[in-house]
Formats: sequence, structure tokens, C-alpha cells
Amino acid sequence: MSYSSRQNDGPLDSLIRALAGLPGLGPRSARRIALYLLTNREKTMTPLMQALEQTAAQVRACSACGNLDLSDPCRICANPQRAQNIMCVVAGVADLWAIERTGVFKGRYHILGGILSALDGVTPDMLSIRALLDRLEGTEEVILALSATVDGQTTAHYLGDRLQDARPGIKITRLAHGVPVGGELDYLDEGTIMTAMKSRALV
Amino acid sequence: MEIWKDQGIVLSVRPHGENGAVVALLTEQHGRHIGYVRGAHSARMRGLLQPGNLVSAEWGSRVAESMGTFELELHTALAVAVMDDSLRLGALLSACALCDASLPERESHCGLFYGMLALLQTLETENWGPSYVMWELAFLRELGFGIDVSKCAAGGDSKTLTHISPKSGRAVSAKAAEPYLDKLLTLPHFLRPQRSGGDDADVLTGLRMTAYFLEHWAFVHHTQGLPESRVRFQERFARLCSPVEAVPA
Repeated sequence: MSYSSRQNDGPLDSLIRALAGLPGLGPRSARRIALYLLTNREKTMTPLMQALEQTAAQVRACSACGNLDLSDPCRICANPQRAQNIMCVVAGVADLWAIERTGVFKGRYHILGGILSALDGVTPDMLSIRALLDRLEGTEEVILALSATVDGQTTAHYLGDRLQDARPGIKITRLAHGVPVGGELDYLDEGTIMTAMKSRALV
Repeated sequence: MEIWKDQGIVLSVRPHGENGAVVALLTEQHGRHIGYVRGAHSARMRGLLQPGNLVSAEWGSRVAESMGTFELELHTALAVAVMDDSLRLGALLSACALCDASLPERESHCGLFYGMLALLQTLETENWGPSYVMWELAFLRELGFGIDVSKCAAGGDSKTLTHISPKSGRAVSAKAAEPYLDKLLTLPHFLRPQRSGGDDADVLTGLRMTAYFLEHWAFVHHTQGLPESRVRFQERFARLCSPVEAVPA
């Protein structure tokens, strides 16, 4: 891990170790980034330090939906312009950001904090399902925007049951599965084509 | 270099590192076999690596004892067909979890592979419930815990079998079962000599019966007991059968 062959526990080694722990980076990339930062102190390192400090100090999780924002409740939860009767349930913050980038959804969100997985030992108690059930007041539709995997759909079915128990008659929907925009049938896997055929619509 | 080619059913996928995964397959010739899959998080591989999918596998390793690596290609996307149905999906996950948790590694179970394949294809049909229970009975038999529902263990009439002994795993006739009703397990109608029944309540009775033998025989020495997926599947089945209860004897 050390940048030199000799043992060194100085700040540079600490920086390399910290960078190497980031997703997608190994020790070699970490050394390159550390060197780049040191050779571009004013232009890159200082702004990065400030951004990290500010983010760590100011960004927090919304106590209502679990989103990351500067305020609690977050801007989405606090926005009265957004529809209060429709809620979109997502597995993580990255999924919320992905839907927000599209700009098509104007309701509220709820972040589960993962999906059920017997293999990884993720049980219903580990997800924020209780908080979701507590937020259903005034909600007419819940969209389960979970991944189209076996675990994702298992979670969706489980949530569907819990939501029906908590609010009988509530409308529960899920995202459509099928051909992606720009997708050519010839290049799609048969699972996707099979799902698309099942969910075909009138022209 | 050790190399073989086979077809297999994906049982489980454990993420390993940032791009790879350790995948367990139930293969036709090599039994339950694990291997490392590179690029398991790519868009193409994520769809392939779903429990229940049938894949063509090429396993390679420098030495036979190593975990080795898999090169996988999708053969049939069996998981996709049942994703919309919670019970069918539960059955698929339960079968995969049972195989993954209890089958010894690299020991051929050719019959179980074809049984599993047949089960996964049956899940797309209407009357899949009894097939699932029968698959679990075959699974128990493959592990060495055969259950005998052909004749009465107490020497009674073999045409009126209604219960099964939790101790011996052998069927008991209605008359011989009378003094021990509180201790015996109910035999679902589709396993009785008349082969009738097969509705949801009957399937639930069958699931409770096989769960007992799985828990007390096949998984008795497993520290974590029955796989979570199997437990959840039965709970879900019971819940959807409600308020109809399991068939009385």
C-alpha cells in the first residue's frame, strides 16, 4: 500500500489507503490520484477538500424519506407543490436521483435502504418498511420502483402484502419491464423479450 | 488445466469484489458446483445470474481443487417467467435455496437436476403446487431421507392412508392413525392412494409435511435451520390460503 518500498505511515500513505478504499479504485489508481492531487494543490486538491468538508458537515439523511439533502426534511418532502397522494418506493438514494433526473415523477419518495435477500441476510426488519407504513396517510397510490431481479421482485411482492394489510384497497403499481429505449430486439436477452411480450400494449 | 462443459441451473450469486461474483450452479453431471464469474455486475450478466435460470457453463481451473472460474451463457430464462407471481417466485427461490444449502459440492445428482428443471418448467403451469411438494419429497429421497407413502407402517389398510409418522416417515392408515392423531402429520390428498385433491389447502398440508422432514431430518444439523426462502414461501402460501385452513384428516 505504501507509495515507496520502505514502511511509511505518514499522511500520504493515509491518503492513498483512504482513496484505495473507494469503489472502483485500487492501490495503483489511488497512488496516481494522490500524486495528481499533490501536483495540482490549488486547482484540484483544495476545492476537493472544501467540498468534502462541506458535504460531510451539511448533508444529512431526511428523517421522512431517507433522501440525502442539506435540510431535514429534504427539499422533495418539504415541497408542497409535489403530489402528496402518490409515493414512489425505491431501494436506494441512487434510484431516487435516477428518477428525479427524468423529471416525470412529481410525488413523494420513500427509500427502503436495500432489498430483501436471503443470501445476504437482509430481512424485512433491516429495511425501512415500518417508516413507509407510517407515512401512508393520504396516499392513494404506491409505485414500487424496484429492480427487475428475483430479489427486487421478491421485495416488491412482500411490500405489496404489507401495504395491502396496512391500507386495504390502496393502489399498488410497479414499473414496467421490457424493451429499453434504443434497444434492438436482436441484441436483447430472451428474458427481457419474454417480459416485454407479456407486457405488450395496444398500438 | 482442468476444464469441463455442462448445463446448470443458477442456485445463488454472492457478490465478490467490485466486478465479480461466486456463483453456485446445480449442474447435470457435476452436481452443485461453485465458480467465480468475472464481470458479474455487467448489464448482460445481471440478467443471466438470476436464481432459476438455465445456463450453459464452462468451468476451468489450473487445479481441480480450486474454486475455478465459470464462463456462462444463458440457455433459458426460467426466472423471468415467474417473476410476476409471488407464490411461483417463492417456490423457485425455495427450491434453489434448499439445493444450495444442503447438497454436497461436486457430487453428481443428475436425477435431481432434471427434477429441478421439470419443476421450474411446471411453475409456469396452473397446477404447480402438488408438483412442488412432490419435488421436495424427491429432494429428501435424494439426500437419503426417503418417505414411504405406499403402505401403512402399522400394518393397516393401504387403501386408506391418511397420515404419516414423523418418526419413521411412513404412511399410516386412517384406522391405525386414530389413537395418535395429535402426533401424526396429515398426508395431503394428492399423495393418498386415491390421488385426488391438489387444491391450495391440500398443497399447504403437503408443504407443512415436507417442512417437518426437511427441518428435522435434512437440516437438523444445519446451524441456521431451514433456509429463509423456504420458510417465507410456506408463510406466504399459508397467508394466501387464508382463511381456508389446511385440510383436516
